[in-house]
Amino acid sequence: MFRLGLIINPVAGMGGPVGLKGTDGEEVLRLAFSKGAVAQSPERASRVLKHLKKAQHKFSLLTCPGSMGGEIVRSCGLEFKTLPMETGKVTSPDHTRRAAALMMEHPVDLLLFAGGDGTARDIASAVGENQLCLGVPAGVKIHSSVYAISPEHAGEIVLDLIEGGRSSSFLAEVMDIDEEAFRADQLKARLYGYLKVPRVEKGLQALKTGSAATEKASQQAIAAFFAEEMDPETLYLIGPGSTTRELLQWLGQEGTLLGVDALRNGHIVKRDLNEKECLELLYQVENRATIVVTPIGGQGFIFGRGNQQFSPEVIRRVSKDHILVVATPGKMQSLQGSPFRLDTGDPEMDHNLCGIYRVLTGYREIAFYRAEK
Amino acid sequence: MDRNTKIRDFHQARWDEPIIFEMSAPGETGINLPEIEPEIEAETGDVAQLIPGEHLRSNPPALPEMSQMRVLKHYLHLSQENLGADLNVDIGQGTCTMKYSPNINEQFASSPKIVDLHPLQSEDTFQGTLEIMYNLEQYLKAISGMDRFSLQPGGGSHAILAIVSMIRAWIDDQGLGNTKDEIITTMFSHPSNYAVAKTKGFKVINIYPDPETGRPDFEAFKAAVSERTAALLITNPEDIGCYNDKIKEFTELVHAHGGLCSYDQANANGVLGISRAKEAGFDICFFNVHKTFSSPHGCGGPGCGVVGVKDYLSPYLPVPLTGFDQKCGKYYLDYNLPKSIGKVKDFYGVIPAIIRAYAWIMNLGAEGLLEVSRVAVLNNNYIFRKVLAMKGTEAPYAEGEHRMEQVRYSFQPLKDETGCGFDEVQRRISDFGCHIWNSHEPFIVPEPFTIEPTESYSKDEIDEYLAVLEKIIEEAYTTPEMLKTAPHNSVIHHIAEHKYLDDPDLWAITWRMYKNRYEGYFEPKKE
Repeated sequence: MFRLGLIINPVAGMGGPVGLKGTDGEEVLRLAFSKGAVAQSPERASRVLKHLKKAQHKFSLLTCPGSMGGEIVRSCGLEFKTLPMETGKVTSPDHTRRAAALMMEHPVDLLLFAGGDGTARDIASAVGENQLCLGVPAGVKIHSSVYAISPEHAGEIVLDLIEGGRSSSFLAEVMDIDEEAFRADQLKARLYGYLKVPRVEKGLQALKTGSAATEKASQQAIAAFFAEEMDPETLYLIGPGSTTRELLQWLGQEGTLLGVDALRNGHIVKRDLNEKECLELLYQVENRATIVVTPIGGQGFIFGRGNQQFSPEVIRRVSKDHILVVATPGKMQSLQGSPFRLDTGDPEMDHNLCGIYRVLTGYREIAFYRAEK
Repeated sequence: MDRNTKIRDFHQARWDEPIIFEMSAPGETGINLPEIEPEIEAETGDVAQLIPGEHLRSNPPALPEMSQMRVLKHYLHLSQENLGADLNVDIGQGTCTMKYSPNINEQFASSPKIVDLHPLQSEDTFQGTLEIMYNLEQYLKAISGMDRFSLQPGGGSHAILAIVSMIRAWIDDQGLGNTKDEIITTMFSHPSNYAVAKTKGFKVINIYPDPETGRPDFEAFKAAVSERTAALLITNPEDIGCYNDKIKEFTELVHAHGGLCSYDQANANGVLGISRAKEAGFDICFFNVHKTFSSPHGCGGPGCGVVGVKDYLSPYLPVPLTGFDQKCGKYYLDYNLPKSIGKVKDFYGVIPAIIRAYAWIMNLGAEGLLEVSRVAVLNNNYIFRKVLAMKGTEAPYAEGEHRMEQVRYSFQPLKDETGCGFDEVQRRISDFGCHIWNSHEPFIVPEPFTIEPTESYSKDEIDEYLAVLEKIIEEAYTTPEMLKTAPHNSVIHHIAEHKYLDDPDLWAITWRMYKNRYEGYFEPKKE
């Protein structure tokens, strides 16, 4: 029987309708309540649960007590078990993290959670990258690629998994922004990690260059091509991301998912470099280096989101001509035709980096694609 | 659109015709063959003995056992469950160019003079067919400006394979095999370009569309072209329906770097008599005669993708070519091309498609071909305006421009506003006896659909299709459940997932596969 886990962040999304750009932090939450905010996520979670009702006999449901799950599941008339934890009246990110950690002890086939980017961050910090998860969009901010398009869409995906449908998955970005800056109308997003999510097999996935391939197979195809084209004398500074990490794994090297790793002659020279360490290595190789980056899904940032180690100075030393982008067909498709984006923190550098980039998209497959500020 | 346009009261056949294997009754026969007469058997002996033992089956094939009458009814019932060009308005099959194939052309193609030909009979005995092949080549040369054509390949992808094989042969002949190892194509060009180029040992460079104009990003293209460029494979207009007026700059840039340019004219329905491959600077082009030139696309029989080249590439064409010996006054098949990439199709190619194309061109003449494209473009722009006036639709790229023979639209606004997108519209439209399809690679337009009216459909028919579309969109806003639970007027109601089409592990394309995978699966569960 399929084991479904459910965590609801009951305060997610409350800030939006009352004009707050997030619901993170106790003070903001109090402000939201004072402005008459009503919880969004319970209603959104119930829409998913109603969708699942017809398959009740095919799955078991494990959730949190009270407003983080039990109350809502009960109101939908579904059977469930609860995690041994207290939630109290007002929940916090700690509750989400604790619930997610407890889910790992009672293995579930899919961890479904309702919330926003903050919730996804909390889940990612607790479960790592091996637990299959899926987000139900209920937050003010949804920048992460781990969410279904709608509660109904989430319901369809979960039903498909319960029915034994396709089970391929990929690592999707967990993004969040600096909420303080966002409330002042400044958008600063960061890459916080990755969650393993189901690959949704709708028509949109079937790019001509990779119709039947899984995301993992697409990444391996790129890695095989990269290995074929690699110059042994060049230092490669490999940026964060699951596609870039696959380049190293293909060569038998263990890279980091969120860090910058240095590769030369097929071997890792140093892992998880900061800006200073990048500059030191560049000095040693007299700047004969290539920066390898992958765009953030949907948004297209190749610099300035999760790879700030590539500072304007590092990029200047390597030069624009030695920036290589790697992106699976699915990632390219997620951009919906929008160009790659740049936010190095230095407007002049962003301006200089605008233009056309060579992108490895598969084995012996290359795209030439535009980047703009 | 005429406000009085009526939507027909449609219902598909109400029966769910069983699979023929399920109808089998042991012992029932269609034809009772007479016993062999003793005199004949005395002459021939036991004919079964003529078959080598290892070729004989140990058990008879498990074919369905049915009377003739039941077989005929079975197939008639199946045909009545279908949507097709003879029943409905087929303009939702954009990119396929679903146009009317005159029945007289079918009669020519199925004439005993054609179907009774034996592929190994002497050339002297099918001069008429060779004359048609020869003349068709002359017409195709005039339409494209190319110097020679091979009629051999059996479809679009097959033509691309022949073309890239020729490019490979030409490059190797020039001694450039080690330097020219890249083929450039565009996102909206033919999906087979990728596979074929890699099959022939090339790397593939893909150019995405300019987000504003929809045409291939020229700056990206300039960055991609180099001494490594072996060839450009490109379509024009691409599926979004915008003509690339910079096409000559594309071909000139590739030529300046020593590469070849191949024009995918599989669907040439918008440009007949208007623009030619030669003037746009191409070295190679191909037409799908089963799209543009009469033969129906899809189940109307095998396709035919004719390949044309400039004279310097003609030595590499697939054999045989068709020639005419003026001295003897005879047509012949020419296999004597030492540099040819060889044979790509059995015997002479797809003769029925060649016959239909010849008849179609002869019937229309040069003026008629031009009129075909003019009407196809006019019909399309009429629809374009009407669809864009409907809520929930948009046409990405090239805002404010006219389009050529088709448009790639998007239901994304409808999806955002009602929760109903392409999938729901696709299911619902069959309730009205119409069809719209979703194979719109490369899927960079979200919730895509493509409409291509061609020259064949009348204004009344186009208006009916548009009225259906408008009604469904209205339902999406007012009664979305009507779409989500559709179809309501079909034999099979609502297949929820694509996975049975998408996942080879779930396919059952033979009765035996079906029995192995699904026997009992669809039966009601016994308590």
